[in-house]
Amino acid sequence: MKKILLTLALVFSTAFLFAQQTYPVNGSYDVRPGLYAFTNANIVVNANQTISNGVLLVKDKTIQSVGTGTAIPKGYVVIDLKGKYIYPSLIDAFTSYGIPEAQRAGAAGGFGGFGGRQSVFTSTKKGAYNWNESIRPETEVRTVFTIDTKKADDLRKAGFGSVNAISRDGIARGTSAAVTLNDGKENEVMLNDQSAANYSFNRGTSSNDYPSSLMGSIALLRQTYMDASWYKGQKEEYNISLEQFNKQQGLPQLFEADGWANILRADKVAKEFGKQFIIKSTGDEYQRVDAVKATGATLIIPISFPKAFDVEDPSDARNLSLAQLKSWELAPTNPGVLEKAGIKFALTTYGLDAPRDFWANIQQAISNGLSEKQALMAVTEIPAGILGINDKVGTLEKGKLANFLITSENLFKSGNIIFENWVQGKRFVVNKMDVTDLRGTYNLNIDGVGSTILRITGTAGGSVAAIERLGADSVKTNATFTRNGDWVTITFNLKKNPTGDVRLSGYLTGASPLAFSGDVIVNAMAAGSWNGSFKEAAKEAPKRDEPAKPAIANGPLIFPFIAFGNTTMPVQETVLLKNATVWTNEKEGILQNADVLMENGKIKAVGKNLAAGSAKVIDATGKHITAGLIDEHSHIAASGGINEGAQSVSAEVRIADVINSEDVNIYRQLAGGVTTSHILHGSANAIGGQSQLIKLRWGKAPEELKFGGNDGFIKFALGENVKQSSSTSSTRFPSTRMGVEQVYVDAFTRAKEYEKAMAVKGNNVRRDLELDALVEILNNKRFITCHSYVQSEINMLIHVADSLGFKINTFTHILEGYKVADKMKAHGIAASTFSDWWAYKMEVQEAIPYNGKIMHNVGITTAFNSDDAEMARRLNQEAGKSVLYGGVPEEDALKFVTLNPARMLHVDNRVGSIKVGKDADVVIWSANPLSIYAKAEKTFVDGIAYWDIDRDAQVQKAQKTEKARIIQKLADSKNAGARTQRAFGERPPRLYACESEEDYWAEVNQMEGEHNHE
Amino acid sequence: MNKYISTAIALFASVSLSYGQANISPAKPQSQRIIVLGATIHTGDGKVIENGYITLEKGKITGIGDATTVKFSANDGRLITASGKHIYPGFIAPITNLGLIEIESVKATNDQDELGDNNAHIRSIIAYNTDSKVPATLRSNGILMAQITPQGGTISGSSSVVQLDAWNWEDAAIKKEDAMHMTWPAAPRGRGGFGGGRPGGAALGGVDPNERTQNAIAELNKFFTEAKLYSEATPAVTNTRLAAMKGLFNGSEKLFITANVQKDIVAAVTFAKKYGITPVIVGADEAYMLTDFLKTNNVAVVVKQPHALPNNVDDDVNMPYKNAAALNNAGVTVVVSIDGFWQQRNLPFMAGTASTWGMSKEDALKTITLNAAKVMGVDKTTGSLAVGKDATFFISAGDALDMKSNKVEEAFIQGRSINLDNLHKQLDKKFSDKYGIK
Repeated sequence: MKKILLTLALVFSTAFLFAQQTYPVNGSYDVRPGLYAFTNANIVVNANQTISNGVLLVKDKTIQSVGTGTAIPKGYVVIDLKGKYIYPSLIDAFTSYGIPEAQRAGAAGGFGGFGGRQSVFTSTKKGAYNWNESIRPETEVRTVFTIDTKKADDLRKAGFGSVNAISRDGIARGTSAAVTLNDGKENEVMLNDQSAANYSFNRGTSSNDYPSSLMGSIALLRQTYMDASWYKGQKEEYNISLEQFNKQQGLPQLFEADGWANILRADKVAKEFGKQFIIKSTGDEYQRVDAVKATGATLIIPISFPKAFDVEDPSDARNLSLAQLKSWELAPTNPGVLEKAGIKFALTTYGLDAPRDFWANIQQAISNGLSEKQALMAVTEIPAGILGINDKVGTLEKGKLANFLITSENLFKSGNIIFENWVQGKRFVVNKMDVTDLRGTYNLNIDGVGSTILRITGTAGGSVAAIERLGADSVKTNATFTRNGDWVTITFNLKKNPTGDVRLSGYLTGASPLAFSGDVIVNAMAAGSWNGSFKEAAKEAPKRDEPAKPAIANGPLIFPFIAFGNTTMPVQETVLLKNATVWTNEKEGILQNADVLMENGKIKAVGKNLAAGSAKVIDATGKHITAGLIDEHSHIAASGGINEGAQSVSAEVRIADVINSEDVNIYRQLAGGVTTSHILHGSANAIGGQSQLIKLRWGKAPEELKFGGNDGFIKFALGENVKQSSSTSSTRFPSTRMGVEQVYVDAFTRAKEYEKAMAVKGNNVRRDLELDALVEILNNKRFITCHSYVQSEINMLIHVADSLGFKINTFTHILEGYKVADKMKAHGIAASTFSDWWAYKMEVQEAIPYNGKIMHNVGITTAFNSDDAEMARRLNQEAGKSVLYGGVPEEDALKFVTLNPARMLHVDNRVGSIKVGKDADVVIWSANPLSIYAKAEKTFVDGIAYWDIDRDAQVQKAQKTEKARIIQKLADSKNAGARTQRAFGERPPRLYACESEEDYWAEVNQMEGEHNHE
Repeated sequence: MNKYISTAIALFASVSLSYGQANISPAKPQSQRIIVLGATIHTGDGKVIENGYITLEKGKITGIGDATTVKFSANDGRLITASGKHIYPGFIAPITNLGLIEIESVKATNDQDELGDNNAHIRSIIAYNTDSKVPATLRSNGILMAQITPQGGTISGSSSVVQLDAWNWEDAAIKKEDAMHMTWPAAPRGRGGFGGGRPGGAALGGVDPNERTQNAIAELNKFFTEAKLYSEATPAVTNTRLAAMKGLFNGSEKLFITANVQKDIVAAVTFAKKYGITPVIVGADEAYMLTDFLKTNNVAVVVKQPHALPNNVDDDVNMPYKNAAALNNAGVTVVVSIDGFWQQRNLPFMAGTASTWGMSKEDALKTITLNAAKVMGVDKTTGSLAVGKDATFFISAGDALDMKSNKVEEAFIQGRSINLDNLHKQLDKKFSDKYGIK
């Protein structure tokens, strides 16, 4: 089979050059010589070299020579370009040109819980392919590609001569093909039938439930690299997908990523396996250009920018977010910013409403900092290089394909006209080249009308006309003007003398001076003839007297790129907080009139009357100071779904892969005194994903939010969510608590066997990321936090853990923990619960607000968590409720949201108390922090005040000014004729809780589908 | 199953508890005069009486004032010394499905949400379950009354005001059909999908969202016009929906309209005014932009949920906390509420939050006492502590608007000293006893 494929490929690659030769002809052969000489041209050979007054010789499909003073051999059709320009025709490295539209199977609804679709666990594709349909490297564009004459025509009109055709379906998408935009037969247009191996995170049309989330896609891609590597050395399984995957590793690796954060994610996976992706992104790279540059990836970026918003109705304008406004303003700077940063990139038409918008947008990018040289490279040499076709296209050199443009002037100048686009030596006329320039003022004599003046202006030798009559009945009006070669039609209405439409049709009777004559029709009645004689050249339209409004300058970047983003990052300072009530959480207890000194991001000293030295002093008289709050159970700051619930065990997925630094909830929670959050996978399945501990370092990049140096955790879950109680259609095992036990027994039994097999030298054991994580648990290298409600299941998991030899670190939620507190205590298991939630589902019918108190009094390390972006803003009040329900001493109560979660997360050596040497994660409260009357006034993380209630007021004010400025700019741009869209606000970001089940990819694809079909 | 659990609890209770959930009986009518002395009395109308006294007889308040001006002996009735403690009028939970729902995710226990769009004839009171386990967990935090409210459709039906210590809904009712509840058809302002989505507004089922809103408003106009005419003449054919609207036009029933966005609030008020009705606006996220308009039209506002996230990314992160104070300080009558049923035990802390973010504690107290009573039309008998009003109040060891100090020691509903036990306290005791801890 391998051999056959190889032979086929060989046959194909030699065949395509002479494809037409294998085709029989019905009738006589009609082979033309195809010899052309273009003279008197400004030939732009490449971005660095232009030949003026040059000659380009073309023979059949290729360029024969480029130069000056070339002697033109006999038999050549000479085309005198009279100073016009020749450019290499453009190349788009990212299109779905000629690809049949895939049928979407998976977009119907979510897995299990909603949507009502039956779960599909493994591939439904017939044949020896991968278990998951989104891994489809066996897809070869060369086998499905067909010429699309309509699209080819659109692209040619925009100046393109060749494109990369990609099947944009799935995570491993197979090979793309670079083709020219010639018409004719597929056999003739192929430039590189294996231009790249393609990837994305998008599940695409796969009918499998897995992956249902971004982190699931990342895990699957990772696992596929491992599977492919294992496949090389094994003999048990035949798998076409893995075989193709391996074969394609030598090709350029092209990844389609949505947004800069996904560029970083894709690159991270690539680096893990020693790969380098070329990344097609969405044009927001300017927001984090340094991080993007650090990937070293060559980019393919779109040249589509957000349309202006219609801001005429202030109430509509109010809907627009700062992020929407700023991205409208700054998106056109993206190519220029990337150029300045020294990032190599190509430009694509992908994402444009129509290829014709390409030029207007590229001019916008140029006026926003992109150089013309870079612009030309980004649509010629760079994409040619990416696609491995730079020996054929991209520059004008001898031996390359005759793929070039003839233009009226500099390609990037506004008003430039593309006259012809030659593809493989074939001429495609975009605009007629040698039309007479009709622009000027004429005296007309028209039977039945009298003498008038005609003015022809506009582009392409005249496209707009106006009629003026002087003297009595003086009138000025626009006329409709059409021309077909030298034949013109001019229609106008003078309102009176005569009334009704006047239609002149006629032709050019003289070239120098220009003259017309023809017939006239008035009111649909033939009225005689007309003639016109050239009077003078058209004058430039007189400039209006009012001075042009100065363009409003662009605003600054903000980090993160949403409201409350920092224009300059707050800095670490040496700060002395004076004279406060300090809740140390240490044996010193609560200190009155005490000081806290922070230096280099750490707590330097705690005590009375500390010397300020060079420190900035903040008077905290009457205030309370505590350690920053720690949320053991949070779902903020994650992208692309919080559950990978398509399978009952998804230990392979990692929240670490999907941290979202641009979530406003980070800022909102800082405003509630939170400094550390444990971002957990949801509770859709028995063994969920690996969690990520973050610090709320507002404005930093995703990787910089990570706590650093801490133990890894993983989410487990029990109860109603795991058995999919709310679903009527789920077929995912298990559907009872009895089944849940067996999922754990099975998973850990497999993990132990796997570990044993891995230990045998020379064994080609398939690396399994899922089992790797379970082995880590068995070896006390990863720790469990388990979503749990009723006592039976809690008891069960304790028993399973005992019998299989692993430990449970924390029960989270644990609303019936009070019923098994003795058992938890005996096993040293910590508890992270809600203060007072109950009655929202069956398994919480006996949840009581005294739960925390009982567990605490039994001696369990007890915390209160949020599982909710709103509640996390007032965890201090939740702690206060343990005083209300059960009279927990205030000092202990505060530890429920500071030191105790730090302990159960194994970071109490770093955070959780006010102790010398610990991280300077500190909150200043206006009152007793357990009170409803307390406000967080300043929140420090690593000694940096990311939240400051006074600064926030200023930020809000500045933000209003900034929005008003951009809204004014939008209004100006509409007045200047920009196309606008209605000012709809963005929907607020999705909030995740444990139970947030969604099929992320189904939603993404549905939205893209809707957009495409508008 | 439920029965099994309650039996289990009852059995257990008979062994080690003085009460069990099933036998937390409603209190007997007040039989003797009660005098509470020495507490700080928060009257609910903005005033505070330090070292005050309060006397109650036959369920009514018969005296209230400065304790230093009166003298009582043991013969005058039951004397309660409450020095250093606080007295508050019973808190009133506005717009709640309490007693209509027991376990949120179990459909069989959900009676709050009727089918159909126009449910004007629906009345909540007959479904209010006095045996629910939830009310007892609210009373122990000072919530002694509630406005039981249906939720389905554009017009959801009528709520009733109840007190939370009753044998059945007839006993519970303080005012039946106090208000009709409707939701204003919101003008579309966001786009569908997450993180952007399709431009131009998502068309659901092929209907433009703007058009859908306009159609819904036209339908409401038609219904209100017909209902008004129906209330003015003897109709030939009975229509239960139209008939149920009568109270709105003769003033015996209030109209609560949920509207959040500036444009919608204005539209909703203008709509009601057209039919001679002064509405109460519920939700009211953007009401703070319309204080003059609301004052001019004498419109009260129920701030739905201070503990909420801002609606928009760009909004002041603390806006939901500040909303009530902004309205109050501008002179608008404000009521504060919280969503849900079991959550109502946190109602006092909603008022506390309103105070933290810009209003006095006594004004904040008003938002869950007198102002609530006013918008429900029950302020003649309850909502504040004054002679002649119902003796519905409680004694707390500390500031009841703060979780740190809310500690309800005794509570009276219409003079009856109610049982403050609940399921949660019982389970606490059961397991604390097991572990031998307190």
